[in-house]
Amino acid sequence: MKAIKTEGLTRRFGSLVAVDKVSIEVEEGELFGMLGPNGAGKTTLVKMLSTLLKPTSGYAEVWGNDVTLKKDEVRRCIGVVFQDPSIDDKLTGKENLDFHARMYGMKKELREKRITEVLDLVDLSEKANVQLEAYSGGMQRRLEIARGLMHRPKVLFLDEPTLGLDVQTRRHIWDYIETLNRKEGVTVFLMTHYMEEADYLCGKIAIIDKGKIIALDTPQNLKRLIGADVISIEADSDRGLVDLLRNFRWVEWVAEEDGVLKLGVKDGKTRIPEIVMAAHEAAITIKAISLHEPDLEDVFLKFTGGKIREEEGDHKQYIKQIVRAMRRKR
Amino acid sequence: MEFSLGYTLWLREMKRFFRLKSRFIGSLGMPLFFLIFLGMAPINIPGNSEGSYISFLAPGIIGMILLFASMGAGVSLLWDKEFGFLKEIMVAPVKRHTIVMGKTAGGVTTALIQGLVVLVLALPLGLKLTGIYPQFTILGFSLGFLASIGFMLLIGFTFVGMGVSFASRMKDFHGFQLIWNFILFPVFLLSGALFPLETFPDWLQYVVYINPLTYGVDGLRGCLIGVSQMPLILDLAVLVASSAIMIFIGAYLFNEAQVD
Repeated sequence: MKAIKTEGLTRRFGSLVAVDKVSIEVEEGELFGMLGPNGAGKTTLVKMLSTLLKPTSGYAEVWGNDVTLKKDEVRRCIGVVFQDPSIDDKLTGKENLDFHARMYGMKKELREKRITEVLDLVDLSEKANVQLEAYSGGMQRRLEIARGLMHRPKVLFLDEPTLGLDVQTRRHIWDYIETLNRKEGVTVFLMTHYMEEADYLCGKIAIIDKGKIIALDTPQNLKRLIGADVISIEADSDRGLVDLLRNFRWVEWVAEEDGVLKLGVKDGKTRIPEIVMAAHEAAITIKAISLHEPDLEDVFLKFTGGKIREEEGDHKQYIKQIVRAMRRKR
Repeated sequence: MEFSLGYTLWLREMKRFFRLKSRFIGSLGMPLFFLIFLGMAPINIPGNSEGSYISFLAPGIIGMILLFASMGAGVSLLWDKEFGFLKEIMVAPVKRHTIVMGKTAGGVTTALIQGLVVLVLALPLGLKLTGIYPQFTILGFSLGFLASIGFMLLIGFTFVGMGVSFASRMKDFHGFQLIWNFILFPVFLLSGALFPLETFPDWLQYVVYINPLTYGVDGLRGCLIGVSQMPLILDLAVLVASSAIMIFIGAYLFNEAQVD
C-alpha cells in the first residue's frame, strides 16, 4: 500500500485548472516534497487530499482510503498544518492541543501524555499555559506542527511550514520535521516554494507549475538532469548571446532569468574561455560570468523557463494592502 | 462519542466568551441604554394600567439581546472561517452536524447568559417581576422564571440557526453588516418589543405575526410580568417549531458549504 496515491487528480475553479491531472505515489515513511511557485496548485492539492475540497475528476487515496468516499477514515489518519494559521489565539497552547486531542477522541491520560511529548518536541513546554496571541509567528507555527502530530497521524501534510519565518526559526523547524520523519516514522508530504527547503529535507521531489507535475525524482537525480555545471552570464546583449551559445554543441540548455543567462554544461570551467572568446568576436560585452553547481532553482528554470518567485506570506501582503489603503485616504 | 465532540466545541465557545470580556460588556451597552432612556418615557400601555412602561419594555429588551447574541454565533462561525480555525475543525474526524450542534449550543448558552444579565440589570431600573400571574406569588414567580429560561433558550435556538444559515452562505464579514441592519433591526422593531402589537398598522400585522421574536417577547412577558397578548401555549408552540426549522436549515446549509 502507498501512503498517498493519486491518478489524474484534477480540480477546476470555473475556467481555471488549479490542479491538472496529477498522478503521484508516496511511499510509507517517505519525506515527499512538492515544489512550485505560489499559485501552482499546491494548497488545492492538500485540500483535496485532506477531504476539504472535492476533486473535479480523477482519483486520490490516503493510506488506502478514497478521499471522496471514506472521508472520516482519511481524516483519522492524517495531520494537517495549513499554509495560513488555523489556531485559536484566545486559547493557550495547551488548550489548543487539548481541543485537537478531544476532537480525535483521545482519552484523558493519553491526551496529557501526548501534550507533554509534543510540546517538548517543539520546545514550547514553558509556554504551554500562555494564550497564543502572545506567541511569536515562529512559535505559533511550531505549535501548529506539534498539534498536527498530537494524534500520531500516519501522514502529515505540511503546507509551506516555514513561510515568512526568519532563517533561524526555519532551520529549527526543518530539524523538527526531520526528527519526526526519522524517529516517529511519519510520512511527510511537504509543500514549499523554497528550493533549499525541498533540497534539504525531501527524499523525493515533484516539481509543480500551473497545476501540472513537470518533474519527479530525488533531488540528486533532478540536479543531475541539469548537467554537471551551470554557468551564469551577464552581458550587454542577451539576444545575440543566446543565439551564439545555441551554436555550441556542448551547451545542454539555455534559460534566462532577470537579465542573467544560465546554461547547463559539462566540465564548465574549461568552457568559460570559449564563451568569452566567442562573445568578444561577436562584439558582445560580458559584464560578469560565474560557474556554480546546479541547484533546484536551475532545475525549475530548465523545466519552466521561469523563476520561482520569492513571495511574502499572505499576512504580510494583507498588511501591505492596509497600509496602501491608509495612504490613499490621506 | 459525538456528544463529547460537541461538548469540546461548546467548551471552546465558553472559553472564548469569558476571555473576550470587552466584547461582552460592549454588547450590554445598547440594551442598557434602551432600558434607561426609553424606560423613562411616559408611555402608557393599554391594558397594563398597573405596570409601568419599563416592566413592559424589559422583556422586549431581553428579547433584543437574545436576538443579537444568537446571531453572534453566525459571526463566530465567520470569524473561524476568516482566521482559519474552521479548517482545523473541518479536517478532524467529526460529523458535520456535530459541528453545527456544538456551535449552536455555544451560541445559545452565551445568549442565555446575556439575557439573564439584562434581566438582572433591569431590576434596579424599575422592572417589577411578578412571574406568570400579574400579582406576585412564590409559585407564580418560580414557574415564570423557569419558563422564561425555556423561552430564552428557544429564542436562542431560532436565531442561532438563522445566524449559522447566513454565515454558511457567506465568504467573509462584509455581508453581515447588511444582515444586521436590514434583517436584525426590522426583526427587533417588528416584534412588539417596544410597543404593543395592536399599535402596528394592519398591513404590517402580517409581518409582525410571522416574526418568531414576536412570540418570544410575548412569551417572556407572560412569564416575567404575567401579561401576554397571546396564550403562552401558542407562543411556546410557535417557538418550538421555529427553532426546529431554523436549526435544520442552518445544519443543512452548513453541510452544503465547502470550506474553501
